[in-house]
Amino acid sequence: MHDKTIAELAAALKAGEFSAVELTESLLARIEARNGELNALITVTPEQALAAAKAADAARAKGEAGPLAGIPIAHKDIFCTEGVRTSCGSKMLDNFIAPYDATVVTRMKEAGLVMLGKTNMDEFAMGSSNETSYYGPARNPWDLERVPGGSSGGSAAAVAARLVPGVTGTDTGGSIRQPAALCGISGLKPTYGRVSRYGMIAYASSLDQGGPMARTAEDLALLLNVMAGFDPKDSTSIDHVVPDYTEQLAASIKGLKIGLPKEYFGEGLDAEVGKVIEAAIDEFRRLGAEVKEVSLPNSKLSVPAYYVIAPAEASSNLSRYDGVRFGYRCDSPRDLEDLYKRSRGEGFGAEVKRRILVGTYALSAGYYDAYYRKAQQVRRLVRDDFIKALNEVDVLLGPTTPDVAFRLGEKGDDPVQMYLSDVYTIALNLAGLPGMSIPAGFAKGLPVGLQLIGRDFDEARLLNVAHKFQQATDWHAACPKGFE
Amino acid sequence: MSLGPAEVKTIAHLARLAIDEDLIPEYAKNLSGILAFVEQMNAVDTQGVEPMAHPMEAVQRLRPDQVTETNQREHFQRIAPATEAGLYLVPRVIE
Repeated sequence: MHDKTIAELAAALKAGEFSAVELTESLLARIEARNGELNALITVTPEQALAAAKAADAARAKGEAGPLAGIPIAHKDIFCTEGVRTSCGSKMLDNFIAPYDATVVTRMKEAGLVMLGKTNMDEFAMGSSNETSYYGPARNPWDLERVPGGSSGGSAAAVAARLVPGVTGTDTGGSIRQPAALCGISGLKPTYGRVSRYGMIAYASSLDQGGPMARTAEDLALLLNVMAGFDPKDSTSIDHVVPDYTEQLAASIKGLKIGLPKEYFGEGLDAEVGKVIEAAIDEFRRLGAEVKEVSLPNSKLSVPAYYVIAPAEASSNLSRYDGVRFGYRCDSPRDLEDLYKRSRGEGFGAEVKRRILVGTYALSAGYYDAYYRKAQQVRRLVRDDFIKALNEVDVLLGPTTPDVAFRLGEKGDDPVQMYLSDVYTIALNLAGLPGMSIPAGFAKGLPVGLQLIGRDFDEARLLNVAHKFQQATDWHAACPKGFE
Repeated sequence: MSLGPAEVKTIAHLARLAIDEDLIPEYAKNLSGILAFVEQMNAVDTQGVEPMAHPMEAVQRLRPDQVTETNQREHFQRIAPATEAGLYLVPRVIE
């Protein structure tokens, strides 16, 4: 059962080939057997899973089951799950049993999906390799000595290794797309405001967006149908019509205008990765798409601007972790200031501390204009570039990452080197636009991700373009050796 | 902008973040590297560009001023490090 996609599992459950309980038991056994070598899930919830599976089977027997009832899912450990530890990959929240569900979690429960557990991630989603997790790094199923990417690294590894058919992730600077690319799966970052952030632990609130990760575009569409929509509990949720994302999947892409940002094909792009992307472009030409070069002249400034805006927002968001109301508290504090400082100093890891310090500095008196205001101005230039390009073409296409998965520890010492692994994904978060990564082939024996970028709220078109590619190719079906 | 150990200590204090004394030079080096990197932004002239806080220029929604939440104090305090009589306990502030 583990090798089936969500769409296949939904059809099999509907046809009565097996029950949701049988499916859940089978995947829990697979997680038990294989998660140790991957560290993809950091909490497994068998009791809740079996109870939810029984409820899904009962609903089906009564004819009341929705299309995804009984489908197993795992949530990135950034989404609050009532009664289940929600650690955000941090010692700070190692003891945090969430007292409520995130809206995404509630919606999935209501649709009858079965949560198997919570996935590993970079601490507070700050990282591109899953190496900053308090629980140790998740590993890439294609090569256990390599990173799965991050911050949603455990989510991507779990799907690639067929431990679970679909997962949630979050993307602040590429944290869905980059791990999806490095693990050879599909992932979608929706338009900012499309998916509720309520109960999704905040990193950089003006950039954070939750989205689905799975093996195919069709599965992403099925999951997005459940996740997307206005939520009054999220003050930045946007009230915009939610289509059925599966409806347009099979539409022809003949005449589709694809733009290739020339900045994404220049210096810094690995030659073998570049060849894989060129081959994918040829495939789109065969499918009838028209391809032309476009330019995003300010894109090289997006990583620097991001590393002002994201840490600034993080330094504010993470001020709530003070050792008083929930989370880690240091032993025997001398006084209140000692309680604050040591609880935070001991509870946060090095990368989180670095970003809090950068953000605090950027927002401090005398430096605000030089850093934060300047970064927000650059942010507008970055978005304006995209809007101009997307007036000429329907979608943009390029590599998701400059290279394939790197080795654990390879980018350890210099934070800036790690930041640059998100060079093609970060601009999109600044612009708020939707984007996705799908498997496009292999370089050096490792998966290569193809990135598609669309206009505001144009997720249905992105999914359509991805689905047509996946009907014409079988890269998305490739399975890491040993995980068949 | 390059940061020295004294500046790192000041910023850490502003952020209420305890940092081991022997790690301060490493933080100073890393933070200086990050600041040098983000200063690449200065390569573009942004004179007259309106700063962008939200990609779709949305503003915060207001809701009617009505009570919509029930009191869940006990539920929320169950995960607190220390409480007493419905209050959060911290070290003595006033002698």
